[in-house]
Amino acid sequence: MIWIDVLVQGILLGGLYALFAAGLSLVFGIMRLVNLAHGDLIVFAAFAILLITGSTGLHPFLAALLAAPLMFAAGWALQRFVLNRVMGKDILPPLLITFGLSVALQNGMLEIFSADSQRLAAGPLESASIDLGPVTVGTMPLLTFASAVLVIFALNRIFYTTALGRAFRAVSDDPTTASLMGINPKSVFAIATGLAMVIVTIAALYLGMRSNFDPSIGPARLIYAFEAVIIGGLGSLWGTLLGGAIIGVAQTIGAQLNPEWQILAGHLAFLAVLLIRPRGLFPRAVD
Amino acid sequence: MAYTVTTRTRASSIAGIIALALIAFGLVLPAFASRSLIQDLFFILTMLTLAQLWNLIAGFGGMVSVGQQAFVGIGAYAMFAGVILMGWDPVPAILLGGLAAFLLAIPMAFFAFRLTGAYFAIGTWVIAEVTRLLIAQWKTLGGGTGTSLPREATSDIMGVGAIASLFDLRDAAARDVLAYWLALALAVGTMAAIYALLRSRTGLALAAVRDNDNAARSVGVDAARVKWLVFLSAATMTGLVGALIYVQTARISPDAAFSVTNWTAYVIFIAVIGGIGRLEGPIIGVLVFWGLQTAFADYGSWYLLALGLLAIATMLFAPRGLWGLIADRWGIALFPVQRRLIFEGA
Repeated sequence: MIWIDVLVQGILLGGLYALFAAGLSLVFGIMRLVNLAHGDLIVFAAFAILLITGSTGLHPFLAALLAAPLMFAAGWALQRFVLNRVMGKDILPPLLITFGLSVALQNGMLEIFSADSQRLAAGPLESASIDLGPVTVGTMPLLTFASAVLVIFALNRIFYTTALGRAFRAVSDDPTTASLMGINPKSVFAIATGLAMVIVTIAALYLGMRSNFDPSIGPARLIYAFEAVIIGGLGSLWGTLLGGAIIGVAQTIGAQLNPEWQILAGHLAFLAVLLIRPRGLFPRAVD
Repeated sequence: MAYTVTTRTRASSIAGIIALALIAFGLVLPAFASRSLIQDLFFILTMLTLAQLWNLIAGFGGMVSVGQQAFVGIGAYAMFAGVILMGWDPVPAILLGGLAAFLLAIPMAFFAFRLTGAYFAIGTWVIAEVTRLLIAQWKTLGGGTGTSLPREATSDIMGVGAIASLFDLRDAAARDVLAYWLALALAVGTMAAIYALLRSRTGLALAAVRDNDNAARSVGVDAARVKWLVFLSAATMTGLVGALIYVQTARISPDAAFSVTNWTAYVIFIAVIGGIGRLEGPIIGVLVFWGLQTAFADYGSWYLLALGLLAIATMLFAPRGLWGLIADRWGIALFPVQRRLIFEGA
C-alpha cells in the first residue's frame, strides 16, 4: 500500500520538475541553446513573486500574474541584447555567457536577499489534501501537476495551431530560409525566451509555495530540469512531462529506502535512461 | 621546390628561452621568498594547471565540461583514503588521486559522450554531482561533514625535514615549499605535455575534430579515439592537481572538494578572460584572476557577481580573451601551434 502512495507522490513531484524543464525544452527546441542560468532564473522569479506579495499583500497566485510580464520582458531583453549577439554554430559563447549569468545572478541575489530561506505563504492551501480512496494527496502537489499538464498542453497548441508557433517551428528547422519568408529569427528567439521566462515564473510560484528557497538552490533545479528533458527526448514536450515523472518517482522511491538517497536515486534513474536510450524516450529533434 | 612545415617563430624561440629561465628561477625562489608569496604562487600554479587542462578539452577539443570538480574531488578523496586507510605518505598518495580520477573518467566519458554540445556540459555536471553524493556516503572519510589529515601524517611528510634544514625553515613553511615545488612541476609538466600534444599529429587531429567532426572523420581521423585520449589524460592530471591541493589544505569535505564554483567556474573564468584555445590564455587569465582575487575577495559575493559579469562582457566584446586582443594587435604567439609552410630558397 505504501508503494502506491510513493508512486503517486513521485508522479506529482514530477509535475514540478516538468515545470522546471518546460522552459528549457522550449528554448532548446527552437534555438538549440541551453541556458545554464535556467535554475537561477527560477529562483530569481520566486524572489520577484516574494517581493510583490510582500509589498502589496497579494496572494502568490496573483503576484505571479504581475511577475509574469516582468519576467517576459527580462527574458526578451536577455535574448535580444545579449544572447542574440552570440547565436551561431559555435556553442561555446552562449554556454559561457549563461554560465557567467548563473554565477552573477546567484551572488547578486545573495547580496540583495541574503542567504536566509524564504517561502511564499499560500495560506490554508499549503496543508489542504484530497482523499482519493487508496491514497491521500496534497492539494498543492495536485495543483502543480495539473499546471504542468496545462502548460505543456498550451505550449503544444501554440506550436501547432498559431502563426507564432509556425514561426517557432520554421526558425527551429532553418533560420536562414525562415528569414527569406519574412520571419526575423532574432525577434522570434527573443519572444521564445520571453515565453520561457513566463513558464519559469509559474515554476517559481510552485517552488516557492511548496518548499523553502534561497539564492543557492538554482543549479540543482537546472539539473533536474535537464534530466527531465533528456529522459523525455529532445524536442518532445510530453516526453518532458514523463521525464519529470520518472525523476520524481525515482526520488520518492529513493527517499523511502533511505532519506539520504533521494537526490542520488533521481540522478541514477537519469543515467540508466541515458545508458539504455541515449536519445531519450521520445526523441523528436534530429540534433 | 623544397619546403618544410614548421610551427616555430622568432617570438616562440625567445619565449622558450624566457620560459626556461622562469622555471629555473621558480625552482630556486623558495631560498629567498616569503612564505606568503610561496602560498600565493601555489594557488596561482594549481589554478593555472586546472585552467590549462580545461582549456585542452574545451578550447582545443570542443568538449565543454562543467564537471571538472568531479576529478578534483575524487583525486583529493583518493589521496585522503591512501593516507588514512592505508597509512601512505601524502606525497606518493597524490598518485592515487590521479589513478582515481582516471578510473572515474572512464564511466564519465562513456555516459557524457552520448551527449553533444551543451548537453555534454550538463551531463558532466550531473556525474560530478552523483560522485559527490556517493562520496558523502563514505562514513570512514567523514561522510557529509568531511575530515582532516591525521597529525602524524602531516608532520612527517617525506622530504619536508630535508627542506626545513636546507632553507632553515619551520616544518609548516617547509611543507608549503614542498607543495609549491610539486605544483610547479605539475604546471610545467602539464603545459609541456599539452604543447607537445598540440604540435603532434594527434593535436592536429584534435583541432580537426573540434572544428568539424564529420569532415575530420572523412579524412581518416579516429574522432572517438582522440576525444577519449584527451578527456582521460586531462582527467588524470586534474585528479593529481586536486590531490596536491588537498595535501596542502589538509582538510576535506564533499562540498568543498566537489565545489563547482572553486574548481570549474573559476577555472572557466580564467580561461575565458585570458583567451580560450590558446596556451597563453590561461597564463594571462590566472594573473588577472589572482589580482582581482587579492584586491576584491573581501567583497565576497559582490566580487563573484563582478567576475560573472566580466566573463559575459569578455565573451561579448572580446570572445578570444585578453591574449586574443594582443595576438590580433601584434600577431604574437609565444606557444604557436599553427603550421606554416616555409619554402627553401624562395
